[in-house]
Amino acid sequence: MSTSENARDAILRSVRSALRRDALDGAEVAALDARVPAHTRPAHEEDLVARFIRKFESRAGTVERVASRDAVPAAVEAYRAAHQLPERAAVGAGLKELTWPEGWLIHGEAAGITEALAVSPAFCGVAETGSVMLASGPDSPTTHNFVPDDHVVVLDTGRIVDHFEDAWTLLRARPQGMPRATNIVSGPSRTADIQQTIQLGAHGPRRMHVILVG
Amino acid sequence: MEIRSKEFKERSVFAIHDANLQTALGRARYGFVGKRALQVADLPEFEQLREEAKNLKNHVLDHLDHYLERYEQAVVAAGGHVHWARDGAEAREIILGICKRVDAKTVTKGKSMVSEEIDLNDALQADGIEVVETDLGEYIIQLAHEPPSHIIAPAVHKTKDQVSDLFEAAHGGPRKTAIPELVDEARRVLREKYFRADVGITGGNFLVAETGSSIIVTNEGNGDLTQTLAKVHIVTSGIERVVPTLDDATLFLRLLARSATGQETETYTTISTGPRRADDLDGPEEYHVVLVDNGRSKMLGGRFKDMLRCIRCGACMNHCPVYGAVGGHAYGWVYPGPMGSVLTPLIKGLDAAYDLPNACTLNGRCQSVCPVKIPLPDLLRELRHEQHRQNITPVMQKRALAVWRWVATRPKLYHAMEQVAARALSGIAKRGRIRRLPLASGWTDVRDLPAPTGRTFLELWQGKRGKE
Repeated sequence: MSTSENARDAILRSVRSALRRDALDGAEVAALDARVPAHTRPAHEEDLVARFIRKFESRAGTVERVASRDAVPAAVEAYRAAHQLPERAAVGAGLKELTWPEGWLIHGEAAGITEALAVSPAFCGVAETGSVMLASGPDSPTTHNFVPDDHVVVLDTGRIVDHFEDAWTLLRARPQGMPRATNIVSGPSRTADIQQTIQLGAHGPRRMHVILVG
Repeated sequence: MEIRSKEFKERSVFAIHDANLQTALGRARYGFVGKRALQVADLPEFEQLREEAKNLKNHVLDHLDHYLERYEQAVVAAGGHVHWARDGAEAREIILGICKRVDAKTVTKGKSMVSEEIDLNDALQADGIEVVETDLGEYIIQLAHEPPSHIIAPAVHKTKDQVSDLFEAAHGGPRKTAIPELVDEARRVLREKYFRADVGITGGNFLVAETGSSIIVTNEGNGDLTQTLAKVHIVTSGIERVVPTLDDATLFLRLLARSATGQETETYTTISTGPRRADDLDGPEEYHVVLVDNGRSKMLGGRFKDMLRCIRCGACMNHCPVYGAVGGHAYGWVYPGPMGSVLTPLIKGLDAAYDLPNACTLNGRCQSVCPVKIPLPDLLRELRHEQHRQNITPVMQKRALAVWRWVATRPKLYHAMEQVAARALSGIAKRGRIRRLPLASGWTDVRDLPAPTGRTFLELWQGKRGKE
């Protein structure tokens, strides 16, 4: 890819020429690499769980709280029945230890075009905006977050952090490093592209339901 | 797309008389401006964040070479590929090359203004590739064979009835008329395209040097389906979009949605890092980033460096009275409004977009809402100076300015002429308005001039001082 190599060098040369300097020396590079950003974080005094629920619900998401992980399948079953969905769901391996109702067709593969319901484990929740963060992998395939009409996310209350910076700290601590896709989701899919009128279910899930555990 | 900024005046007149457009613009103005104001009022730290964002962008620009190299290393470490393009032609060649190598028949696209800037769709289609825009607004204008008229709401100029017509023509009947039905129809049609696509192309709101990630923000989820379901994901982005760390990206994310759509956050913020992993069940097999210069590095060294802070939120155009009157198409290229009036002459040439810097009223609203504090009116004024220096300003205008200067630097003469004018204008006014003015019919044909009272400001001022 020789033309591309040349373009790279030419662009970097052009950047340095605009900045009227050569490439940075070792000490300057080390100083930049050691830089620790410290930006203002919006302050609030709300309880993290209460804020998460309030913010997530403000964007047409729904939330329910259960006492323990064992109660999750029953909550999903109630949701399924309420929305008259088939007894079938795409469930990431991160929730495979749960005991699903008899007769349900549960699979952990990527979501196909006709997928109606997916249940995903959240990596964490962010109280600042009331958003869930999902980390791709066999535990939580990315297609589960976007293809089905209904997306249910299971989130432990202990995993709700205050600001995005706190979520990045959790991500950096993962032994396997950054996920391929980190999806921060703040409610059902929406559009306002026709006459500025908000319409839910543009391309992603029409409904989004968070089951808070704990 | 071919630049048509030279037709700004003609296109503006056309736009002002387009009833559909005026209805759509009125609706958009009310929505964006009002929602942003509510979000700003709800975040006491907003002004502080603007100042920090300006300083952070300046820091990145001053060390752009370093952060680009760090970013490239991190993308490669995550298994991705970085391509560098000096201009649109190189970028098109790179992307077309990837598409041909994987024998792509269908390409889906999330919203990307850089892809508009480099004329990507035409190049791919010329090679027989089906290109499908998946952002609902972009899809609508693709069906209409039009360029976007707004950088975040590309079909803001279309009414529901126009969308109904376009969908009926493209998808067949029966004609849908309700907005939920129209959205559902697009959802159904585009679903199949996502699953069939060989290559998915998205933009990149931010490129993170720390992790080698690209970040996109959307409300619809189309960008995510585009990049997750295609075999190959290509990100197109300007070189100035790199940020050092995830924490730094957060600063901009707090400003972007509030400034753009007046939301606290968009529905989806997605951080993409490399291709599908060994144990992944979905995701693209290849991940490419095309870094586009296209005039940006040159901008870095001059008086227009501040423009490179732009995060493409669209707040400047939402608050611009000129944009609000004529819409985005009048500007004649891909970037409209105040930011477009600066970028278009810088990327396409001063004489290709002569009217754009001159169409600004210098009211300053754009600068006051810009999340990274770009002094847009100053940059537009600077472009006028540059046009003057390069002799692009029309001869008559230059002569008129020379006469003005001669008079204005002679206060006694200036004041005497003012007195004559104030009395003459007051004399021809009817009920305080002047309906028609000789030699200035271009002005009075479409509006009345409020008449002066017959005395100049200086006369009134001196009279007042005399009383004291």
